[in-house]
Amino acid sequence: MEWHKFSLTMQLEMLEKGEIKSLDLTQALLNRIKEKDSKIKAFLKVTEEQALSAAEKADRRREKGEKGPLLGLPLAIKDNICTKGIPTTCASKILSNFIPPFDATVIEKLKACGAVILGKTNLDEFAMGSSTENSAFFPTKNPWDLERVPGGSSGGSAAAVAAGFCAGALGSDTGGSIRQPASFCGVVGLKPTYGRVSRYGLVAFASSLDQIGPITRTVKDAALLLQYLAGHDPKDSTSAPKEVPDYLGALKMDLREKKVGVPKEYLGEGLEEEVKEKLKESLQIFKEELGLEVKEVSLPHTPYAVATYYIIAPAEASSNLARYDGVKYGLRVEAPDLIEMYKKTRSQGFGPEVKRRIMIGTYALSAGYYDAYYKKASQVRTLIVQDFQKAFKEVDFIISPVAPSPAFKIGERVDDPLKMYLSDIYTISVNLAGIVGLSLPCGFSQKGLPIGLQIMGPHFSEPQVLALGHQFEEIVKLYEKYPEI
Amino acid sequence: MSISKEEVLHVAHLARLEFEEEELERFAEQLAAILSYVEKLGELDTSNIEPTYHALNMTNVFREDEIKESTPTEEALANAPERENGFFVVPKVIK
Repeated sequence: MEWHKFSLTMQLEMLEKGEIKSLDLTQALLNRIKEKDSKIKAFLKVTEEQALSAAEKADRRREKGEKGPLLGLPLAIKDNICTKGIPTTCASKILSNFIPPFDATVIEKLKACGAVILGKTNLDEFAMGSSTENSAFFPTKNPWDLERVPGGSSGGSAAAVAAGFCAGALGSDTGGSIRQPASFCGVVGLKPTYGRVSRYGLVAFASSLDQIGPITRTVKDAALLLQYLAGHDPKDSTSAPKEVPDYLGALKMDLREKKVGVPKEYLGEGLEEEVKEKLKESLQIFKEELGLEVKEVSLPHTPYAVATYYIIAPAEASSNLARYDGVKYGLRVEAPDLIEMYKKTRSQGFGPEVKRRIMIGTYALSAGYYDAYYKKASQVRTLIVQDFQKAFKEVDFIISPVAPSPAFKIGERVDDPLKMYLSDIYTISVNLAGIVGLSLPCGFSQKGLPIGLQIMGPHFSEPQVLALGHQFEEIVKLYEKYPEI
Repeated sequence: MSISKEEVLHVAHLARLEFEEEELERFAEQLAAILSYVEKLGELDTSNIEPTYHALNMTNVFREDEIKESTPTEEALANAPERENGFFVVPKVIK
C-alpha cells in the first residue's frame, strides 16, 4: 500500500471503515521517515515510541466503538510549539535542552481529538527566516530538488508533508512562515485570522503577528485540521471569543459571481515571469471554470510593507527573547557576574539572524529612536490595514503570488539579509493586517519546482477562503503530484 | 546611513549581547543597510494616523480571579540550569 500518498481525509475514512489500522499507518510513515529523512532532514526529533503507543491506543479506542475527529491520524509539529515531555528547541542552541512541562493548547486539542504525534520538525531558529537555513542544527532540503531550500520558517513541516512523511503538520506564520514554505514544497498552508487559533505554548517571536496553522496536501485537509485547532482559549487573551464555523461543510458553498481582486502593486518589479504566468492561468480558472469576477484592486502602501514588518517584528522579538537569560531554562554559560552571564549565554546561544533581529528591535525601541522607528512603523501598519479594508469593500478575495520566485538554492541568499527579507513581500502584509492567507499549489516551473498561489480574505473569512481554495484544487488536482525521493 | 561602532556596542549592551571585533563590523554594516532601507517609511506623512499595535480591535480581557491548578514547583524548576531549595540560582548580584 502507498501509505504516504493518502490525504488526512482519506486516512480518516479508511480508519473509520476499519480498512486500515492507525498502528500500520503510523509504522509505515515512521519507516518512510527512517528510510528517506536522511536526505530531507525535515525532523529534529522523531518520537517513535510515543507515536506507536498513541496509535495503538487509537486503534483500541476505535475497536471499542469510540470516535475521535482525528483519531489515529499521524501529524508532525513544528519545533517551536511546546510538547509536554518532548524537547522543544526552536532550532536554537539556547533551547537545545528544553523540555516543556506543558502542552501548547493546540497540542492539547490534537491529543484530545486522538491525533498521533510523529515528531518535531526543523525551522529557522525561533522562526526567523525564509529558508530553514537559520536552524542551529542543520538545513532542511526541498523534496522537489535537494539542492534547494524548502522555504521557511516552517520548512521542516512543509518538507515533511511534501515528502510523504505525514499528511498534515503544524506550522507557525509571523510573516509568511507557513505559506512560503508550503508554496516552495508544493503543499497547502493556511495562516488563519489573528486570534483564530490559540498561541498559548507557541514560543513567541512577534506576538501581534504570530499565528499557528495547518500544512497539508489538500485544502480539504487544512479545513479538517483548522476545525479542531480553532477556538477561544482563556490561556491566550488575544484569542478571539468567536464561534468556530463548520469549515468542511462550507467547502462546497456557491462562489459564483463573487469578486476576486488582483493588487496591481503585486505584479511589478521582482516578480519572476513564470510565477506571473501561473497566476494568470489561475485567474482564468477562477473566471471561466468557477464563475468568479476578476478585477484589479490597489493596495497602495505595499511598497512600505517590508520596511514596516522589519521594524515591528524585530521590536517585538527583542522584547520576547529577553527571557532567554540562562536562569530559568535553556543554555547557561557560566560567568562570575550576572550581566556577564547574560551576555555570554545569549551571545553563544543565539545564531546570527536572531542576534541581527534582536539588535534591530532593540535599536528601534531604544531611547530617542522609538518614535522614528517603532511608532512610525505602527502608523504605517494602520495605512496597510486600511488598504485591505478598502479593497475588501470592492472584492471578496485578493489573489496574489506567495513568493516572487520558486524555491531558491541553498546558500544563495544567506549573506544578504535584506534580499532575503524582500522575498517576503507578498506574505507579510497579511500578518500586519491579521487577515486570512491560504497558500496552495497552482503549477510547476520549467525546472519542475512548485509554484504557489495565495488567496487572502478578511478577518474570519476562513470558510470562504478554504472553499475557494478547495474548488480550485479540485480543478487543477496538483495534489496528485509527488516528488521522487 | 551609517552606524558607528560605539552605537552598535551600546545597543548590544542593551540587548545583553556581545560581539567579536570582526563580527561587530559586519553587524554595523548589515544594520546600516537594513535601517537605510526602512528609512523609506519617512516618505509617508503619518502625522494624523493612529498607530496599530494589534490586528484585532480587542482591549482589556478580564476573567474571574479564581484559584486554579498551577505547575508544581519541581516541574517548573526542572529546566533550570541551577537551582536550590525551590529557587533559581544566579551568580552573585551584590558585591
